[in-house]
Amino acid sequence: MITKTSPEVGGMGHPIKRKEDSRFIQGKGNYVDDVHLPGMVYGHMVRSPYAHARLKSINTEKAKQLPGVLAIITGEDLAKANLAWMPTLFFDKQMVLATGKVLFQAQEVAFVVAEDQYTAADAAELVEVEYEELPVLVDPHKATEPDAPILREDREEKSNHIFHWEVGDRAATDKDFQNAPVKASVHAISQRCHPAPLETCGCVADFNKATERLTVYLTSQAPHAHRTLFALVGGIPEQNIRVVSPDIGGGFGNKVPIYPGYVCAVVASLTLGVPVKWIETRSENLQSTGFARDYHMTAEIAADRDGKVKALRVKTLADHGAFNAAAQPTKFPAGLFSVCTGSYDFGNSFCEVDGVYTNKAPGGIAYRCSFRITEAAYLIERAIDVLAAELKMDPAEFRRKNFIQPDQFPYKTPLGWTYDSGNYEGALNKALEMIGYKELRKEQVEKRKKSELMGIGISSFTEAVGAGPAHTFDIAGIKMFDSAEIRVHPTGKAICRMGTKSQGQGHETTYAQIVAQELGIPASDVIVEEGDTDTAPYGLGTYASRSTPTSGAATAMAARKIRDKAKKIAAHLLECSEADLEWEIGKFFVKGAPSKSKTIQEIAFAAYTNIPEGLEAGLEAVDYYDPPNLTFPFGTYICVVDIDKGTGEVKVRRFVAVDDCGNVINPMIVEGQIHGGLTEGLAIAFMQLIDYDENGNVQGGTFMDYLIPTAVETPHWETGSTCTPSPHHPFGAKGVGESPNVGSPAAFVNAVVDALSHLGVKHIDMPITPWKVWNVLKEKGLVS
Amino acid sequence: MAKKQTVRLKVNGREREADIEPRLLLVHFIRERLGLIGTHVGCDTSNCGACTVVLDGKNVKSCTMFAVQADGAELLTVEGLIKDGQWHPLQDGFKQEHGLQCGFCTPGMLMSSYALLQRNPNPTEEEIRWGISGNLCRCTGYQNIVKAVQYAAGKVAQGVAK
Repeated sequence: MITKTSPEVGGMGHPIKRKEDSRFIQGKGNYVDDVHLPGMVYGHMVRSPYAHARLKSINTEKAKQLPGVLAIITGEDLAKANLAWMPTLFFDKQMVLATGKVLFQAQEVAFVVAEDQYTAADAAELVEVEYEELPVLVDPHKATEPDAPILREDREEKSNHIFHWEVGDRAATDKDFQNAPVKASVHAISQRCHPAPLETCGCVADFNKATERLTVYLTSQAPHAHRTLFALVGGIPEQNIRVVSPDIGGGFGNKVPIYPGYVCAVVASLTLGVPVKWIETRSENLQSTGFARDYHMTAEIAADRDGKVKALRVKTLADHGAFNAAAQPTKFPAGLFSVCTGSYDFGNSFCEVDGVYTNKAPGGIAYRCSFRITEAAYLIERAIDVLAAELKMDPAEFRRKNFIQPDQFPYKTPLGWTYDSGNYEGALNKALEMIGYKELRKEQVEKRKKSELMGIGISSFTEAVGAGPAHTFDIAGIKMFDSAEIRVHPTGKAICRMGTKSQGQGHETTYAQIVAQELGIPASDVIVEEGDTDTAPYGLGTYASRSTPTSGAATAMAARKIRDKAKKIAAHLLECSEADLEWEIGKFFVKGAPSKSKTIQEIAFAAYTNIPEGLEAGLEAVDYYDPPNLTFPFGTYICVVDIDKGTGEVKVRRFVAVDDCGNVINPMIVEGQIHGGLTEGLAIAFMQLIDYDENGNVQGGTFMDYLIPTAVETPHWETGSTCTPSPHHPFGAKGVGESPNVGSPAAFVNAVVDALSHLGVKHIDMPITPWKVWNVLKEKGLVS
Repeated sequence: MAKKQTVRLKVNGREREADIEPRLLLVHFIRERLGLIGTHVGCDTSNCGACTVVLDGKNVKSCTMFAVQADGAELLTVEGLIKDGQWHPLQDGFKQEHGLQCGFCTPGMLMSSYALLQRNPNPTEEEIRWGISGNLCRCTGYQNIVKAVQYAAGKVAQGVAK
């Protein structure tokens, strides 16, 4: 149990208001586009209109003559500096600016620099590029057919196949399937979509020729990793690079990779010696930066006649676009997709994934999830429903029957993960009770008699978040620990810096609450700073719900180091031995004599004014925390939908989300993250799609046709929680920000399918648009 | 380059005048020329509403107007919400009800909410949701933004501010 501090101290569990809000609600945030440096100039990207074409020529003469144009950089220019290509985060390389040919629509072809952004855009229009169109490959299923055009001429292997990856026991699983009395399967597409944070990507690159230092203000979820990559790829000594990630307007995985625009801005600044700003437009953001998903999956479950699951077999085709720019740990070509056994106690299981190239934008980033977990959770929760329907069992009871039980934790899954803790039935029971499940089922029976369509969808997901541990996880070779540094000032106030980087998660508040809990320094007396690589300790950044599991843990560990030193100082001040002291949040007191005590503030003052002999001055600590395992938050979500038979429109009537993320730092912030993640889950289930036509033209490349829910489409969310602490985290917390996005798509889809199941509908692919539903209804003869 | 035009307008209570290109978008005028960077750009198709300001009492998307079209107008941006050092009740509401996370949509949300409360001081939840439906938020799921607007409406009704 966590000892609760007073609201004034504001430790763990207090819903204290966010420190960061004051500047944002006054219009005083400092996002990358707000950075304005003396002499700053502007970059604009020239992009390919074709999905696959040979570059015949680039003529920049007219553009150069436009007054105000300072430079135009092409792939050939970059090739001279060996920078025409850059490594991706996953053993591939990507063109910075095209040489030879272009491989997707909106690919970067030239970078124009001018005195102002309007002139830069004008000049980009004047760059004349001659293309020769090539056959386009859009369908990943055709990528390995013999007549498919080979996209990547730069690779030795003349094939569009990128990787095959498998885990589990194929032979034993196949055998279980041969003998199984009951089998069910589902083919489900986790469609290509884009995180689309409201702030697009961009940077200001500022190379100072006098000091030879490069400062890059960057929309970066991982500023330290990006600094190291700039040093390794660009050959600039790392001490001469400073990456500053200022306020970030949402990330959701989009701001983990390095994009060509960043590299071009840096090259332009190195060349011109002035700061160069490049901010992409929304259309550029959707069309060219890291997409997510595009997994074409089949799951099969073998089971007993009485509904006990035995084996799971998963086969997936992954469309990675033109370059494999997946941002995930190097041991995991398909990320953490093998967590696909979910919350259920499977025997033999087998999972395989094949990745292919197509003429689409590169990526495969982790959109508000831990590296392909949304795909995995969606698949298993869909497959479980399909099997329950096959057996004519209630989906809630079917889940209950197959859950991993509380006494099985730590639980080793057949595909190699060790879940730290869980109580899946507890979350299911709470969600069923909150939504009034039995009554809803009765209502559904009545509605069906009247030919009205209503469905109830359940998802009992397990998430896997908080990478490291370092022995398993890395990004581009850099181990996935994370860090915290705490400095306590003489007056008992503190500043902390972390290797993570908030993009809206509220770190300035929650990390301060951890310090308050561990040291008793009020959260209001603690400043949190992140994002400046010159000052913050090295870390791998914020994504994969890793901030609380890693830097949050490091904050607690650093605070405990400070407490250890504070104890020595307290013993000196109270003239007793350390063994005679006891800690109560905020002070040390002498055992049996509680009036003899020293507060953390008094101790902090003494650390600078009255230091015991043999002890260093100051009260500071730094911790680099390597978690022993991931944390595994979980929950049950239940969605109720009504379907309009005339239009095919699905209305989400109610949605209950019961989450378990262990001990909570700030319940207000956790609830806010759940609301936001559910809304993105809703968007994925019903709206968001980046599609391509047969010529590789992107459909869904602007906010006109890449649909984001507004307040009107978004339902009222009902939240609840259970608490199963992580046994290995210093204060029993698990990550949470991504759970609602991971867990909810299946709940929505299961609800829609449930509404139509009596008509023989087993599956509908996302996004479930009114048009798709209307067509199903038409096919079933429900609309005239 | 086209001949420059002179625009005069009142911005957050202060008279401003500038010679500008006719094609300069109002949002760029606000951000680059007036230095009021609280107004954001989140898209290029007038969908996201991050650039929302209040022009002569109406919420408009400042990326969808030329600055010259605002000549003679009265303009309120997020920076003008604060009065005599006091936050507007909407600003209080957004903080108290946790109506923001990354903060990027927040200025636009505040300005749309401001215009809504001007024309309808006591909106229902449905009316609030429609009132902010021109503004996208990727973080909050809108629920706490609705609560923030209700909080502010309540304060205005109590006569705390208008």
